[in-house]
Amino acid sequence: MRDVAVVGFAQRQMEEFDGSPTCVELLVPLFEECYEQTGWTRKDVGFWCSGSSDYLAGRSFSFVQAVDAIGVIPPVNESHVEMDLAWALYEAWLKIQTGEVDTALVYAFGKSSAGVLRRTLALQLEPYTMTPLWPDTVSLAGLQARVGLDAGAWDERAMAEVVNRSLTAAEKNEYAVRKGGSSVEELLARPLYADPLRKHDCAPVTDGAAAIVLAAGDKAREVCDRPAWISGLAHYVDPMSMGTRDLTRSPSAERAAAAAGTAGVEVAELHAPFSHQELILRRELGLGDDVAINPSGGALSGNPMFSAGGIRIGEAAKKIWSGEAGRTLGHATSGPALQQNLVCVLDAEQKGA
Amino acid sequence: MARTLSAPVTVAFDYTRSTGPVVGRFLTGLRDGVVVAGRTSDGRVVVPPPEFDPITHEALTDFVEVAATGTVSSWTWVPEPVKGQPLDHPFAFALVTLDGADTPFLHALHVTSPDEVSTGMRVQVRWRGERTGAVTDIEAFVPLADEDSASPAGGGLLEDHLVTGVVTPVELDYLYAASPEESAFYRGLAEGKILGQRCPACHKVYVPPRSACPVDGVATTEEVELSEVGTITTFCIVNVPFLGQKIKPPYVSAYVLLDGADIAILHLILDIPADEVRMGMRVKAVWKPREEWGTTIENISHFSPTGDPDADYDTYKQHL
Repeated sequence: MRDVAVVGFAQRQMEEFDGSPTCVELLVPLFEECYEQTGWTRKDVGFWCSGSSDYLAGRSFSFVQAVDAIGVIPPVNESHVEMDLAWALYEAWLKIQTGEVDTALVYAFGKSSAGVLRRTLALQLEPYTMTPLWPDTVSLAGLQARVGLDAGAWDERAMAEVVNRSLTAAEKNEYAVRKGGSSVEELLARPLYADPLRKHDCAPVTDGAAAIVLAAGDKAREVCDRPAWISGLAHYVDPMSMGTRDLTRSPSAERAAAAAGTAGVEVAELHAPFSHQELILRRELGLGDDVAINPSGGALSGNPMFSAGGIRIGEAAKKIWSGEAGRTLGHATSGPALQQNLVCVLDAEQKGA
Repeated sequence: MARTLSAPVTVAFDYTRSTGPVVGRFLTGLRDGVVVAGRTSDGRVVVPPPEFDPITHEALTDFVEVAATGTVSSWTWVPEPVKGQPLDHPFAFALVTLDGADTPFLHALHVTSPDEVSTGMRVQVRWRGERTGAVTDIEAFVPLADEDSASPAGGGLLEDHLVTGVVTPVELDYLYAASPEESAFYRGLAEGKILGQRCPACHKVYVPPRSACPVDGVATTEEVELSEVGTITTFCIVNVPFLGQKIKPPYVSAYVLLDGADIAILHLILDIPADEVRMGMRVKAVWKPREEWGTTIENISHFSPTGDPDADYDTYKQHL
């Protein structure tokens, strides 16, 4: 295997982007930040991969328009996934493993506010027996939260603790769209919204974009003092049906964590768009009380569709670059109620081929 | 004034899907008032039946009918229903384990307050009057007050009329915003001007303007007002009628390279027989009456020949 590191990261998050859902305007400055971090120009990028969805944009081929932000004459080596940035990163990592390229820039964008996000996401469900009922994202998460509450797997106090810690941490994150902790008591005094969920248990609808730069071996060392080496990267998927899996567990997250190797992780950025999902993930990823969870504030403070999972990897990389941690983890999820999960473990030490 | 122009857009499409034998059997059951489940290799009775066994991965062939009554195993309140959901007032989504099944099934539960729902409560299917073979043949679950009043299942499956397809209409509403550059273009049109923007790196002029130069990947900033006269670079004669067509064929759709621009715009050529339109022909924008103008390219009704000599091929060959 080739040693590949995260060497660049840029993001934007906002409640409502006053611009086109193609997001070219958001992406140009993000790429400029990545060029500044690496000293590269676009010609130094061997492979590009984006994550986005036309259902979110409300137009066809929005990802084709987005390549304007790259500048594609002469043509570039480019791909796209209808998935979160973290899976675009996975494809780029594989591309680098093939030896065809040494560097990659992956990016994602989405204007969630253009439509009704929780409704639009019903289109990712099984199309015969689920989508015709338009089960919205919040409802599916609510069903999952209730199963855990009834089973005693967690309680509403534990959920409120997740929220309070996240919104307190988010105060230091300039990109967070929801921030400001209070107390568990104050949070629990707020009314239920989608019983059993309160509004603060659900990630805010967020617009945004993000970009991550990958480089192999010497290329990474050339541009970064402390590259965040990818020591483990894996993703798995559970059945889509809400009826045939134990909603208090996430076997796909557990398998991804086992494959990536999470021992010794000091900081974990978890993509949990609903408070109880962080509790599931901490268990499945085997993260003890000594692991710092979501110092960025996590998805409860901002959840730009298609970027939020990748942003977790970017935030985890920043902790390596700054020297604050030697081993960190970024997690991304996709699908209803934690159906699909990706775990990326980053190390300050290069393991060596 | 808002930075960008925006307008409501609805994207709608009917997805027509074949069901295959397993989902088809489930939907046939619903049409006929019966809930069909599948028995998997571990002995569990699963609703809806999975197409393949989750353990052996064999095609599932063991079907059983389960009751239209069951028990709520989880629920969530839906305080603000979205378009297309089974009920248009606040309701609950529920996971319901039907009597005779081992796994729960997702559907709406018709109650008017979260106080009327609890895990473990007994519910029954409320069938739609006219059923077609779709999951919406179940209108919703409703509370089951009296076990004896449970509505019996329908008359049994009509084996020789299996459901083989389902149509799922999808309709999504957006507030679609133009980019700031596109917004400037449309606002210019409302004043009778055609605005483009110049790339600071390669100096090419784009119309309509884009957020970034696709050659260089840098934001275009310098605004350029373009001539309303240009050259036809290429064209096609539309002979085929299609849904939504506004002009009677044959007519000509052409790329018009406005003087001073580096990219052609697509527009209509009129005031000349279609078979006389040619590459290099000089044309001029014909505007609608000013009182009909809005922030739209339709302010320009069409392009019309100027009568000037054709442009040399060399002047537009780079733009084909």
